[in-house]
Amino acid sequence: MIKIEDVHKRFGEEEILKGISTVFEKGKTNLIIGQSGSGKSVMLKCLIGLFKPEQGKIYYGDEAIQDMDDERQRMLREEMGMLFQGGALFDSMNIEENVMFPLRMFTKMKKPEMLARVNEVLKRVNLEGVNKKYTAEISGGMQKRVSIARAIVNKPKYLFCDEPNSGLDPKTATLIDTLIQEITHEYDITTIVVTHDMNSVMEIGEKVMLLKNGKLVWQGTNQEIFKTDNKDVTSFVYSSDLFKKIRDVQLKENKA
Amino acid sequence: MKYLHDIGSYFLMLKKVFASFTKTSVLKHMIFKDIDDLIISSLGIVAFISFFVGGVVSIQTALNMDNPIVPDTLIGFATRQSVILEFAPTFISIIMAGKVGSFITSSIGSMRVTEQIDALEVMGINSLNYLVFPKIVALMFYPFVIVLSMFLGVFGGWVAAVYGGFSSSADFIAGVQEDFIPYQLFYAFFKTFIFAFILATVPSWQGYYMKGGSLEVGKASTNSFVWTSVLIIAANYIITQLLLSA
Repeated sequence: MIKIEDVHKRFGEEEILKGISTVFEKGKTNLIIGQSGSGKSVMLKCLIGLFKPEQGKIYYGDEAIQDMDDERQRMLREEMGMLFQGGALFDSMNIEENVMFPLRMFTKMKKPEMLARVNEVLKRVNLEGVNKKYTAEISGGMQKRVSIARAIVNKPKYLFCDEPNSGLDPKTATLIDTLIQEITHEYDITTIVVTHDMNSVMEIGEKVMLLKNGKLVWQGTNQEIFKTDNKDVTSFVYSSDLFKKIRDVQLKENKA
Repeated sequence: MKYLHDIGSYFLMLKKVFASFTKTSVLKHMIFKDIDDLIISSLGIVAFISFFVGGVVSIQTALNMDNPIVPDTLIGFATRQSVILEFAPTFISIIMAGKVGSFITSSIGSMRVTEQIDALEVMGINSLNYLVFPKIVALMFYPFVIVLSMFLGVFGGWVAAVYGGFSSSADFIAGVQEDFIPYQLFYAFFKTFIFAFILATVPSWQGYYMKGGSLEVGKASTNSFVWTSVLIIAANYIITQLLLSA
């Protein structure tokens, strides 16, 4: 579980996060949604420690990241897995070396053990037989899956995903969403996904938080999102033509 | 003000490079990779340039030597002095600022653009130590490149002088051996180590702290070459003043 309390983040005069408090639950996919510029990515970077908030606390379990010394923060980061928007795979390494990287860094495993674990996670993300390929030789969807494999290879407690579906076709995007949710349940980890994709919200949003102008304006489940009267939620959700049409069909059905 | 900020950021980077070391086995792998990328892959171009520039120095010296009282050994002497004192350590370093410096800046800059550096940081790895320290260690082998350059420069001079009909082999070799001062070799290698450190760290700084996309990677590579060259020339002047004019 990750808890954040009254987190503020500024860049110069501009305040990007304006006092956000919430809880990201263990064993669930927690989605942060919102328009571009709403502060989603800044919030994610505060959570993983790439940005330091000026005010507020971020708790991992009972311990606030701000109160940890550098060594403790480094150890905490070993418990994190991160799926970046562009994959962030190391292009000087092949797929096998990419996935093996956290094991080489943080474990004392022998090479055959590491290889076995790499093959296990590659199989888990439905990627077999690509071990020796380089990132430039595989598709965007496959790169995302390799990135997921690298994120989970060291059995993390926390998984962070930044726009996991960006640049993917709808079918591959759904596959990635499903994979993230399955892994969350299988490893019983706290997963936080930053997205503006409503399909992801509907697929995997066990807890959904809407950010607007740096403030948390609504939180609930993906089931509750269509029932709420919150204007910020409705204006965000129904900005998509597809969802507008679904709503119109539902309204017609209700009248009938 | 920006320059002061940049100088401060460069020294803060150096401090972080030597803090929180990456696992030895991983660093060892990176060091060997960087030796291959930065040192071994430069040998061909260094050998080619050194051989022919040594030859040109030798021919130029011979052609400008009209006075019959000037001994023929001067060709070998002038070639040795030019190559060992300036050409090999300084001008090869400027060529390396273009080749190796641009490579370092663009590879680290591309990692910044594609969030690979963020990925390292999120994993709890000191990305500066992981990326820059192996390059500093690899470039500590740079004096071997300069030894090769010195040898081939003088050899190129010998080939040009003897086969061009400007000097006999014995005169050239006698000139190379004439008034040899071992301290000058110390001076040449001392500045080579300083240039190696500049070659490893300035392009790394340019790449690591760049902002933007692929266009900015190109700009950072150009800046890297300019600043590395400027610092090498400035350091060359200061070291020469301190070590040779005393």
